[in-house]
Amino acid sequence: MQDDDNVKDKGSGLSRRTFLKASGISLSVPLVMGYRVIKVSGAEVKLYGPGKVPLTLSINGKSYNAQVEPRVTLLEALRNELDLTGAKRVCDRGTCGACTMIVDGKAVYSCSTLAIEAQGKSITTVEGLMQGDNLHPVQQAFIDNDAQQCGFCTPGFVVACKAFLDKNPNPTAEQIKKGLGGNTCRCGTYMGVRAAVAQAAQKGGRRNG
Amino acid sequence: MAEYKWPDADKRTFIGKRISRIDGPQKVSGRAKYSFDINRPGMLFGKIVRSPYAHAKVKGIDTSAAERMPGVKALHVVSDVGTEIFWAGASVVAVAAVDEPTAEDAMRAIKVEYEVLPHLVIDTDVNNAGEYAKPANENKSGDPDKGFSEAEVTMEGNYGLPVITHCCLEPHGSVMEWDDNNVLAHLSTQAVSGSVAQIARPLEIPATNVRVQQDHIGGGFGSKFGPDEWDITAARLSKKAGGKPVKMFNERDAELMVAGARPSAYAHVKVGLKKDGTITAWESQSWATGGQGGGSSPPLPYIFNIPNQRKQHTALTNHIGSARAWRAPAHPQGCAITMTALEDAAAAIGMDPYDFFMKNIELTGQRANIYADELKIAADLIEWKKNWHARGDRTAGPIKRGLGLSIHTWAGGGHASDCDLTIQPDGSIELKMGTQDLGTGTRTALNIIVADTLGLPMNAVKITIGDSRFPASGGSGGSTTIGGISASSRRASLDALDQIFAKAAPSLDAKPEELEAVGGAIRVKGNPSKSLSWAQACSKLAATPITVRGKNPGPGKLTDQGVGGAQMADVSVDIETGIVRINKIVAVQDCGLIIDLKTAESQVYGALIMGVCWALYEEKIMDAKTGRMLNPNMEFYRLAGIADIGELVVHMMTGKGYDERGVIGLGEPPAVSPGAVISNAVANAIGVRVPYLPLTPDRVLAALEKKGGNNARI
Repeated sequence: MQDDDNVKDKGSGLSRRTFLKASGISLSVPLVMGYRVIKVSGAEVKLYGPGKVPLTLSINGKSYNAQVEPRVTLLEALRNELDLTGAKRVCDRGTCGACTMIVDGKAVYSCSTLAIEAQGKSITTVEGLMQGDNLHPVQQAFIDNDAQQCGFCTPGFVVACKAFLDKNPNPTAEQIKKGLGGNTCRCGTYMGVRAAVAQAAQKGGRRNG
Repeated sequence: MAEYKWPDADKRTFIGKRISRIDGPQKVSGRAKYSFDINRPGMLFGKIVRSPYAHAKVKGIDTSAAERMPGVKALHVVSDVGTEIFWAGASVVAVAAVDEPTAEDAMRAIKVEYEVLPHLVIDTDVNNAGEYAKPANENKSGDPDKGFSEAEVTMEGNYGLPVITHCCLEPHGSVMEWDDNNVLAHLSTQAVSGSVAQIARPLEIPATNVRVQQDHIGGGFGSKFGPDEWDITAARLSKKAGGKPVKMFNERDAELMVAGARPSAYAHVKVGLKKDGTITAWESQSWATGGQGGGSSPPLPYIFNIPNQRKQHTALTNHIGSARAWRAPAHPQGCAITMTALEDAAAAIGMDPYDFFMKNIELTGQRANIYADELKIAADLIEWKKNWHARGDRTAGPIKRGLGLSIHTWAGGGHASDCDLTIQPDGSIELKMGTQDLGTGTRTALNIIVADTLGLPMNAVKITIGDSRFPASGGSGGSTTIGGISASSRRASLDALDQIFAKAAPSLDAKPEELEAVGGAIRVKGNPSKSLSWAQACSKLAATPITVRGKNPGPGKLTDQGVGGAQMADVSVDIETGIVRINKIVAVQDCGLIIDLKTAESQVYGALIMGVCWALYEEKIMDAKTGRMLNPNMEFYRLAGIADIGELVVHMMTGKGYDERGVIGLGEPPAVSPGAVISNAVANAIGVRVPYLPLTPDRVLAALEKKGGNNARI
């Protein structure tokens, strides 16, 4: 393993360690357990870890606590620590969309988001789309149009479709193809997904905000 | 005794209709638990140190640093010192730790030394493969020399398609729990019942002590027929860690390197023909690889039983992860080589390939009429006669459009399947079966059949599958599941109904054989006023439920085998960039009696989309020097996205002539032709054959530069 601190910053020609020394960092007293605040070039930066830190996440309107290392992704924190397994880990590098969640109103790849960075934000997962026993219109449209086979990509697709319709309530066929290009299905359910998004748009895919 | 047959069309309530899959709500809400989602109390996370070399011997292993790390609970050496490794990514040491970061740190702390040995990972050059090439004897039928001497035109060309990888979205793996002498396996598998013995054997425990559970599986496509070495390793780690469950699933790179390979196939083909389209002879020298076992020998020529053949096939062993079954094993390869060579043959005599296929349709054998019907329907749907042009789109501009066609076949049939159908005195019903639903709609089909047979609504029946403690049912392969499970569940339902009729008959003052189950009632045929509700009829069971064992094979003709299909594609190719776009693909498919039209059509759509993936994008790209896969990820192992598939049209052949055959599997046949139809459409568009799949821009441009690109290098 390369020592991260010795990686050269290509832009400046300084190593990160040198850079930190040169910019006169001052370490303050920890404000909240789990991270320290340091000043880097006048700006305050939170420094977590290296061990486990307390984590508080707001998911589907509920508050969850866990202890995770700073390197743990939002996806892994939910799946491994909170047993919220709707979002799936597939590519694990921001390509396939199976892990899609909505964070502060925006669809994100939770495999490429650190859990600690999602604190203080409003997180919606596939588990949060139903209201009681009632399916979200996007979910119902996925069933009606058989937009799923094995179903492993489905939670990410459903969440991506909801986020897409929130921003594009009346999409054209071309917008659907473009807007949902960030999700991959292996069984081949795209025809159903196209029809499902069109149906949900007509029936008010924006329910639940 | 019940008569074991399917109901007539006018008596079907759900069979053959468009029914939404019953586990849809579970899947869309994230509540469906896949084996990958199982979290057990005290569960550990397993990771594997893998060989970076394609061919090597393990010289030394040092796990001491990893053993000392807090949180590391068990280590297991899979490939001990002296073991020969045959592909990059092979397991060497496994570790189980309290969480994933700790397991990753432990992996990095394990030191393995290798003696690197020579390897072969490239399979396109059979002539320089040396000892790795194992040629089989020549295979001759008829008189090929005479056949070619009678030919007025001989077409020669190279064709091929590379190794591709299954890339199941749920990776291979399991949560294994070996406590005391019992193993509980939450396995991602296409064979719930069949995995038990495969787990028990290497662990040397009685199979009765092994239980396999799986509610849902995130893709298999032929690559998940039992536990893998890493699943057995996870069980051993669990035992070493005092029985704690161990979750061991492949990382994405490992999944693409070691957990799935469809064999490649390459061929030099000669076709002899007369100018009127009569085919007189076939000759092929083919080779294929799929790791240490070599590749499967594709059926050549595919479907068309050409008179006068000379064939020679060479199996090439190489150092990549082993081949696994892939949707219709060997057929996509045989089809892609044959149907493209025949299309080139038609082009060589200036004949429309539709007319050429029709002229030679008798060579397809007993299903010739069905192929002809299917080709006609496909031609109408894609407007073949209006849109087809002779090879090479002569219109101005860089975008060239073309059409291609192909036909395919598959056996299907029904595998062995047992089920237990229990009817309680309160009228509630449960069917238990040790099968699995790959997303094909197995649960839904079972529900349709039981409800339809008992004359009840769908939600009156509970379907419980995915547990090896239920009656054994076959693995989901060869498109044999729907035949097997529909036959056994139909028999169980008919037998159970007989018992209910016998109990209800005295109250209705009728004989059991005079009764029927319709619309939630047990009633006298021809006298609907004499009836009991389902619940009233079941109350006659008094306190004891009945359980009926349904079996396949069994009495009555409920399944069959042998289906065909025709596909046609309409593509556009940008000859400046080499980019191929799908405009439309049409699939016409027969599969006997359809249980659920909605999920049946989904199978065909899915097969077409998977076909677009391997026709245009998929290739396991190996590095000759390092022996490693260069694209073990989903950015560079590209799959089609929602915008890449054009318009897809599916036409199912149903009704008279098809329904009476019984139920036949569908998952594989439509996955055979897409490579051929897309390649043929591209050749029709740009005027030259792009000889090797996938039809990536560089290959398209290379073929265009060569003109007559049939002999272009890969």
